[in-house]
Formats: sequence, structure tokens, C-alpha cells
Amino acid sequence: MKLYFDRKTKSTRLQSSLSTLAASCTAIAMMSSPVMADILDIEVTNLTQGIYFTPLLVTAHTDTADLFSVGSSASVELQSMAEGGDITGLVTLADSAGAESIENPASGLLAPGASVMIPDMSTGVNDRLSIVAMLLPTNDGFVGLDSWKIPEAAGTYTLYLNAYDAGTEANDEIINGGGAPGVAGIPANPGGNGGTNASGVTTTEANQMIHVHRGNIGDTNTTGGISDVDSRIHRWLNPVAKVTVTVK
Amino acid sequence: MKGVRTFLYRKTKLENEASHWSGLRLISVLFASAVLIACSDDDPVAKVAYEVEVVNLTHNQPFSPLALRAHGASYVAWEVGESASLGIEQIAEAGDSSEFLGTASPKKSASGTGIIGPGDTVVIDLNSKVTDLYLTAVTMLVNTNDAFTGITGLDLTGMRIGDKKVVYLPVYDAGTEANSELAGTIPGPADGGAGFDAVRDDVNFVAMHPGVVSMDDGYAESVLESSHKFDGPAAKLTVRRIN
Repeated sequence: MKLYFDRKTKSTRLQSSLSTLAASCTAIAMMSSPVMADILDIEVTNLTQGIYFTPLLVTAHTDTADLFSVGSSASVELQSMAEGGDITGLVTLADSAGAESIENPASGLLAPGASVMIPDMSTGVNDRLSIVAMLLPTNDGFVGLDSWKIPEAAGTYTLYLNAYDAGTEANDEIINGGGAPGVAGIPANPGGNGGTNASGVTTTEANQMIHVHRGNIGDTNTTGGISDVDSRIHRWLNPVAKVTVTVK
Repeated sequence: MKGVRTFLYRKTKLENEASHWSGLRLISVLFASAVLIACSDDDPVAKVAYEVEVVNLTHNQPFSPLALRAHGASYVAWEVGESASLGIEQIAEAGDSSEFLGTASPKKSASGTGIIGPGDTVVIDLNSKVTDLYLTAVTMLVNTNDAFTGITGLDLTGMRIGDKKVVYLPVYDAGTEANSELAGTIPGPADGGAGFDAVRDDVNFVAMHPGVVSMDDGYAESVLESSHKFDGPAAKLTVRRIN
């Protein structure tokens, strides 16, 4: 597959290839190229029982860029994803950095327990993989993979992803349609299994850096209480996603 | 119980017949191979043996008797997003592994004899054959509606005698019973309520468990308290190959 990594046999294989393929310019160009694109099959599974993922962004990039970084404040583009599920800003950022991106592979929400397969993703010149999607119903929670180094060796690799808090919005847990950056509230509860008219869990966000999400609090009051999410259904424990990457 | 024994007997007999036939085939292919000579007993497929150790890492969630199965690479006992089998449902709701182990060969499965308390360690022997080098281990967190911890399809190939493998186990929700936490629905000592109920009143797929809420965390009707809360991992599992 990636002959250039196997230095001991490179010349042997090159000679063999040359004799087999005669003067194929394509073969020579590929084997002498300093970086060769990886082809990846990526499967993402939502491991939760009651949390939806908004449209996923899966992007291969270099180590000079990332979508998010724990302990740093979120970009406006990340905030738009984490508060409202909008990945267009992040895609624009990734494109400008030479990344290869797969947008919205599940064609909408990835439901609890559901999986989506992304076949034959080409990484171009990039060697890092990042994945993000907003968690619903949360205020600014997202599932994230930050700059995982894509292994050089062909094989299947399994990753487990945690839930992060963008740190950009107070986790009031009020489902009111508020999804734009800076607008309080949770945009939607796709499962329709929460409540209404909550007074709000909190109005402050103590840690405004990207951090590990402390989880939903919720309550069991469907017509009031402090939260519109159900404590029996909309909590989670990490990890929240399983990612299987096959390097071909 | 008598019915179960009869079933096990028949199953064993069938498996013996099956291994007899595969043995004949093996002999015809390998003839005087050293592999066959090394097998001293009447079974043409070499046997292996393990010690499986489990430590309960939770604060106040006793585990039901541990159920162990050795099997081939293709068997999966449960999968996130898929509906739980009846065997997994009975373990997750009632801690009862008889259905789950009833479909396994007694030569390649084992059951613990007692509850594994928080902080406790148990070691259970498990036998298998070189053709069945994958492990499934499963047990219920008994102070829950339908939580279980375990692993399915742990790859034991390549382990030599004396080798050990350690994994930490997350908590799954069978998805077969709503996490109501109400009195009468939890079989463990926190409640002493009902175990298995064939009605599936939840999402009907296996997922990671969201954790229990408890009366100390705003859910007044819950019979659980803060001591029953847990996080992942819930258990440490160590496999040692001893033969």
C-alpha cells in the first residue's frame, strides 16, 4: 500500500514495479512522492442511549490547524457548531487550511445507538483526523476528536470519544430553540422526550475554555422544574462515541 | 432445572459429534502432524485454560454472578445500537445467566457462584479450545433497572501460557427496561424488587448507560441514593492463560 514507508524493500519493489508496469508514469510519480494520500474507512457510532449528534464534520488536516483544543477558548465557528449544530463555518476554516472534509455523512442527525460509515475518505496531504458534532439536547456540548495522528500502518483502529463543553454558553437546559451563537437555550430535543417551562439550571459558565462536559443535570418535571431535559434519559457517561478507522 | 440439564446433555452430545467429524477431516488433512501428536487426550483439538479475574470498582453496585463464554471470532453477545438478546436481557434485568449460558457449551463456559460485592475480586476458571479464543464476560449491576458491565469478543489469540491481558469494562444499558429507579423494579439490595420482565418498555437497543439519577440528585421517587451512582469503568478484568 504505502511502499515508501518500507525502505528496505523499496528499491526491490520499485524495480519489480518498473519491469511489470514498464514505463507507467503514474506508478513512478506515486512511488517517488514524499507524501501519499491515505484512504480511510471511518465508522462513527453514537454510543449514548438518549443523545443525538447533529451533522458530523470529519476532517483530515495537518498539525498546523485544529478544529478545537481543550483549555483554549472556542472559535466563533466552533461555537456555532456547539450551540446550534452549524458546521459551515468550520468547513470554511478547514478548507482554507488545505483540509479534506466530509460534511454531514449521516444526512442529518445521528440518533442514539446509530452508526454511519464513511467509505474511502482520501486524506490528501493531511495526517491528522478531527471529528465534531453538537450533542442534543445540550446548550453547547459536542462530541470531539482533536487531531488524532493517522497511523502510517494499514490496519483497523478503534477510538472512543468524549463529550466536551465549548464553554461559550451557560448550561441552563432550557429548550427554547436558541441555537445561534450567544443566544441562550437549547435549540431542540429531537427525541421529544423532555419537558417545557423550566426555570433554568444556571445562568453562568464558570469555565469558558473548552473542557470535558460535566453532563446534563435534568429533572423529572415535564412542565416546569429547573431543566427541560430528563435526568433519567438525557444524561450520559463518557465515552459517547466509538470511531473505527480502517487505514487501507 | 431437569429440562435445562437434558438440554445441556443433548447440546454436548451434538457438539461431540460435530467435533468427531471435524476431527476426521483434520486427520485427513494433517495426518501425522505434530499438532495432533501433542494432544494427549481423545479430543483432536488442543485445549486451553484461563483464569478470569474481575474486580468490582463501583461504590455500591454488587455484581451478579459472572457469566463467561469462550467462542470463535464471529460471535457477538451484544452490540451498541442492536436489540439485546433474551440472554442478555435476563442478565441485565435480573442477574440471571441461565438463559445466556444455556446456549453455550459447558466445556467452554463458566459461571461464578456468588455476588461480587463492591471492592471484591473473584477468579473463575474457564476452559476452551484453540479454535475458540475469544472471550465474553458479562454481569449485572444489581442496584439498577437493566445495567450490565462486560466485554464481548475479547481477542485471546496469541496469548501464551503465563500471559495476561487486562481490560477495564464500561457500563452498558440493555435498553429493555426503562430506568425508572422506582420501588419494586430493581432486584438488588437497594430495593429487593422485580428482576426479569419480558415486556420491553425502553428504547430496545443496547447503549452506554447514562448513569443512575438517585433521590439525592433531584429524583425524589427514586429508591436509589448517592451511594449507588457509578461511572465508567465499573470493573477491571484480567485474563491469565494457565494452560
